Amino acid sequence: MSLKQLSRRFGVLAGGGLLMSSSSAWAELGLNMTRGVTSISREAYDLHMLILWICVLIGVAVFGVMFYSMYHHRKSRGAVPAQFHESTTVEIVWTVVPMLILIGMAIPATRALIAMEDTSNADMTITVTGYQWKWKYDYLDEDISFFSTSSTPRAQILNDAEKGEHYLLEVDNPVVVPVGKKIRFLTTAADVIHAWWVPDLGWKRDAIPGFINESWATIEEPGIYRGQCAELCGKDHGFMPVVVVAKTEEDYQAWVSDQKASAGAAAASADREWTLAELMSKGESVYGTACAACHQPSGEGMGDMFPALKGSPVTTAGPVEEHIATVLKGRTGTAMAAFAAQLDDVDLAAVVTYTRNAWGNDTGQLVQPTQIKSLR
Amino acid sequence: MSTDAIAHDDHHDEPAKGLMRWVTTTNHKDIGTLYLLFSLLMFFVGGAMALVIRAELFQPGLQLVDPHFFNQMTTMHALVMIFGAVMPAFVGLANWLIPMMIGAPDMALPRLNNWSFWIMPFAFTLLLATLFMDGGAPASGWTIYPPLSLQTGDAFPFLIFAIHFMGISSVMGSINIIATILNMRAPGMSLMKMPLFVWTWLITAYLLIAVMPVLAGAVTMLLTDKFFATSFFNAAGGGDPVMFQHIFWFFGHPEVYILILPAFGIISQIIPTFSRKPLFGYASMVYATASIAFLSFIVWAHHMFTVGMPLAGELFFMYATSLIAVPTGVKVFNWVATMWKGAITFETPMLFALAFVVLFTIGGFSGLMLAMAPADFQYHDTYFVVAHFHYVLVPGAIFAIMAAVYYWLPKWTGHMIDESLGRKHFWLSVIGVNILFFPQHFLGLAGMPRRIPDYALQFAEFNALSSIGAFIFGLSQLMFLWIVIKTIRGGQQASDQVWEGAKGLEWTLPSPPPYHTFETAPEIK
Amino acid sequence: MSSTSHDGYYVPHGSYWPITASVAVFVTMLGAANWLNGSGGGSTLFVIGLILVVFMMFGWFGTVVKESLAGRYNAQVDRSFRWSMSWFIFSEVMFFAAFFGALYYARTFSIPWLGGEGSNAMTNAVLWPAFETVWPTNGPADLGGAYQIMGTWGLPAINTLILLTSGVTITWAHWGLQKNDRKQLIRGLAATVLLGFTFLCVQAYEYSHAYHALNLTLGSGIYGSTFFMLTGFHGFHVTIGAIMLTVMLVRSVRGHFTPEHHFAFEAASWYWHFVDVVWLGLFIFVYWF
Ligand code: HEA
Ligand code: HEA
Ligand code: HEC
Ligand code: CUA
Ligand SMILES: [Cu+2]
Repeated sequence: MSLKQLSRRFGVLAGGGLLMSSSSAWAELGLNMTRGVTSISREAYDLHMLILWICVLIGVAVFGVMFYSMYHHRKSRGAVPAQFHESTTVEIVWTVVPMLILIGMAIPATRALIAMEDTSNADMTITVTGYQWKWKYDYLDEDISFFSTSSTPRAQILNDAEKGEHYLLEVDNPVVVPVGKKIRFLTTAADVIHAWWVPDLGWKRDAIPGFINESWATIEEPGIYRGQCAELCGKDHGFMPVVVVAKTEEDYQAWVSDQKASAGAAAASADREWTLAELMSKGESVYGTACAACHQPSGEGMGDMFPALKGSPVTTAGPVEEHIATVLKGRTGTAMAAFAAQLDDVDLAAVVTYTRNAWGNDTGQLVQPTQIKSLR
Repeated sequence: MSTDAIAHDDHHDEPAKGLMRWVTTTNHKDIGTLYLLFSLLMFFVGGAMALVIRAELFQPGLQLVDPHFFNQMTTMHALVMIFGAVMPAFVGLANWLIPMMIGAPDMALPRLNNWSFWIMPFAFTLLLATLFMDGGAPASGWTIYPPLSLQTGDAFPFLIFAIHFMGISSVMGSINIIATILNMRAPGMSLMKMPLFVWTWLITAYLLIAVMPVLAGAVTMLLTDKFFATSFFNAAGGGDPVMFQHIFWFFGHPEVYILILPAFGIISQIIPTFSRKPLFGYASMVYATASIAFLSFIVWAHHMFTVGMPLAGELFFMYATSLIAVPTGVKVFNWVATMWKGAITFETPMLFALAFVVLFTIGGFSGLMLAMAPADFQYHDTYFVVAHFHYVLVPGAIFAIMAAVYYWLPKWTGHMIDESLGRKHFWLSVIGVNILFFPQHFLGLAGMPRRIPDYALQFAEFNALSSIGAFIFGLSQLMFLWIVIKTIRGGQQASDQVWEGAKGLEWTLPSPPPYHTFETAPEIK
Repeated sequence: MSSTSHDGYYVPHGSYWPITASVAVFVTMLGAANWLNGSGGGSTLFVIGLILVVFMMFGWFGTVVKESLAGRYNAQVDRSFRWSMSWFIFSEVMFFAAFFGALYYARTFSIPWLGGEGSNAMTNAVLWPAFETVWPTNGPADLGGAYQIMGTWGLPAINTLILLTSGVTITWAHWGLQKNDRKQLIRGLAATVLLGFTFLCVQAYEYSHAYHALNLTLGSGIYGSTFFMLTGFHGFHVTIGAIMLTVMLVRSVRGHFTPEHHFAFEAASWYWHFVDVVWLGLFIFVYWF
């Protein structure tokens, strides 16, 4: 960000301070929790505002007394200290009153919580699986399944290009859902714990390897809702956005048939013979989304943590089977994940071919999707 | 050592000379000093890491460090601050003050006391050395959740052993403190006459002994999961990654009260002094402390509302957590009531204590908000949480420690502090800390996750502001260092009582107190 | 308590033992960490560290024994020791609590959840379709392959008897000490030590049986993990306790203890009882139910 932009933003900030009391200004400046687009998000918001105001009131009262006493009972004003140090009555009062306030807060909180946990009678179910560092969505009723990866160009992150409007909050394949339907989300993970979070839906839920958590949302308005992974999941935890596109029922159905058509085409292509050029260009893009985060676009890896693929014995001299096995099965106990479930045969063939030929690895060997299929 | 030598083991009033005095010392004052100096050093190390974090977050985009190193900084910052800065500072204060407050000649087990301290530099060598290892330092957050923490490189066993080592130190130190308080009080010093600092430490020590071994157990299971094929935290083998979180927070939640109860004790000493009025509600303070400690064992899963616990569990932990507001409220009200109709003056220790009361309470309020599970589904793992815990830890624990140092330093060194410098340090700190952490509430509410090295553009201005605050606050702490050095080296001679309103045994001793105090016990009426 | 005079509370002079202890443990940990990482020299360093630890223990405890014999410890010091030992044992209880907690959690929560209980129908249906809730188990992925569980009424029951008996013999020894009957003291202690080491031998045999005949290993899922973790740390504590008792035996033979003054003996016996109680917990929850 340029200095000019920065100073403009500070201008906004200073103005915002004056407007704090009006709640619309709060929302615009991103000072407060979003009200969101689901019944749950509104319950969370209302509860938040309720406790906030209770705390503000108690704060004003307590600090008011304190500041009064700091001013009026100063020694420099000639105050003479009293010697009382006990009063059973007030002590009971200030134990009981907070207790009652807490009970008052617990009632709406309990109601909201019970509503959130009720995932019954859903209209559709989507499984959300966290991977280092992308999301996979499976539409259980539709046989649709795809990965969703950050689409912010690295140049923007490294400050070599102007940052876009949705910097870090944009993905290649957003998850598309219909409005007005109760959607059940099943969250889980393939490697480490992640958390799937879209503030406008009103909740986040941990994605835990080996277990499935259930949550739900009924989105009321069409729109694009953005969120992020909210559980530390390693190096690129900050680069794991979630984008939900809520569409009307018709638009959603149109999207569903589109998806099915392109899935059919992809399946057919896995059986045919691919050329080196085709594999290389496909491989470059797969590599960019799946591998570059660790092994770097240059193939040179990062320090001791992530080995170079450029000139590595595995990608150059070693047998192609070992190379494929490494990518399919991963290396247990390291960040190198098993990609068998994440990439299809074409992607895998392309990325292996690409890593064996890019950056001067030049083995000239190419791997066909059918070969991957037989090695799975 | 021969039997003969022991027979002549009468006390000299002079400490041994040279470096070895510090290495071999069994004197509670020496050991207290060592703890405090170590803590100060770690505060700067941990603070420097925080400044790396804040510098990277000054603007969107990656500027200074790569994401992996950023995560190392977050992790190490927290570990160093909690285990290296705050805890040793409290133990140092306990060492200096408890024997003087209860009229004991020293700690109950002086040699063990020495060991408790001398573990720390070694444990931190193990921990900090990981910064230079293959794969870098631990980078999975201070909460070291598996499976992520199992991806740590060579640093992993060093981290685990460092935690074990620190745990031994804490447990030994706590045993010593409990034995001292229960067994070494001067005649007439009944439990309900003890200064509150002593009370809060008694309860803190109990918490430490109860939970540090649990942490040790948890990290041991991590170690075997990584190296010996066990599957405690692996669903494929019938375990559960969330099980680690339960065990960790069974330690972790009491731990945060370990970081605050001694601070409550300190504030309860300082406010009466400068209000010139006895502490209001002494007995209820003691009971409140005990209730907080008790409750702290049954609230741990409020850190885990989003892991998908059964509804009954979420409700239980939500209710239990909010209950803690009651005894904590009692404390806050008692402090205010102590000031009420007092004759208040505003020396530096009092300024820090007053800021503590206000800012800690703000942190407590945000804690209560976090405790409401449905709202926590939004707050969790955002900067709102970061704002919460820094309010209770920095203007909470750290301010209390600084208040304590300003308050007792004249007793320890015999020199008054430079009041005008102290006040400047106070004002810079209190302004800096609010610029630093207040905007983080807004960031969290607007949706910024924690533990990220880069963020979306709508978070830019508050992050920039927070970073500016961090540098104001951080650099102001160099002033603290300077004031402490200056006071040690000289200054106006302090009287025995030091502060006009100060009451308690330690203020009956000369300033500085002789190397050995209360060899014959004072009589308390 | 607070009315006793402080006169003569023993505050030792500076000591090199604590720093020796820190260095010793540091070297041990450094060695162990390098060893685990597969870096060179780890195991050597580890052994050097252990030797240093043993050296330090002899030195530090030796000093304490000498001071005790020289009569430096008055009744108040004795009380400090008692408080300290009690709280130390409490800390050990909490250490075991972590592992018992893991066992409890796995059996009451994670295994049933993986089997589809509570709100986890989908966990079972989607991720682990073939898995049924049973205990013991090596988990839905059958980690470590087929194994047999450790029986209850064979060696473990014998070991229970051994430890319970040793609890009796040490109490008998204590009675001997109290009525100044050195013979009874020494016999009781010797029997206890013997029983302690027998227990360890039986357990070593049991482990080797588990590994070789039952294919029950640390890698046998959550059952293997909890089984070896709990019994292993218990066995480690029995070893420490048995060594402590051996030292007490030597000191009894040398006549260090008097009916009034024998805290070291009591501390060792408290520890032994603690180890005993933990075993009962193990026997019930690990072997039996
Ligand atoms: C000194 C440390 C300290 C202290 C004292 C506290 C105090 C409290 N904390 Fe905090 N907490 C932390 C340190 C601390 N915390 C840390 C480090 C984390 C994050 C860990 C991590 O994830 O890395 C954390 C996280 C944390 C969470 C998890 C958030 C999340 O991850 O989603 C929660 C949730 O319930 C919580 C709640 C509370 C509550 C209810 C209190 C209460 O004790 C506060 C009570 C005080 C008051 C309420 C104010 C005074 C009271 C009155 C004036 C009386 C009247 C008031 C009312 C009736 C409203 N804390
Ligand atoms: C007692 C504990 C404690 C203390 C005192 C602090 C103090 C500070 N902390 Fe924090 N912090 C934690 C405990 C603490 N912290 C914990 C538990 C976490 C969670 C970690 C996790 O997610 O796992 C955390 C996380 C955390 C984050 C979030 C990181 C993330 O989510 O990625 C941030 C970001 O702003 C931050 C900032 C700061 C700052 C600016 C200070 C300032 O108060 C520091 C003051 C600065 C100084 C004292 C600097 C002095 C130094 C100099 C002046 C320079 C001297 C230089 C040299 C010697 C080289 N801390
Ligand atoms: C999360 C980080 C990460 C991602 C993403 C990743 N890798 Fe790796 N990869 C690693 C690590 C770490 C290793 C080293 C494992 C080891 O130490 O044995 C590795 C090792 C390898 C090796 C063996 C190299 C050697 O010299 O031993 C190959 C080949 C490889 N990766 C290919 C890929 C391909 C192809 C992709 C993308 C489809 C990919 N990796 C994605 C982290 C990653
Ligand atoms: Cu995925 Cu954080
Ligand atoms: Cu907590």
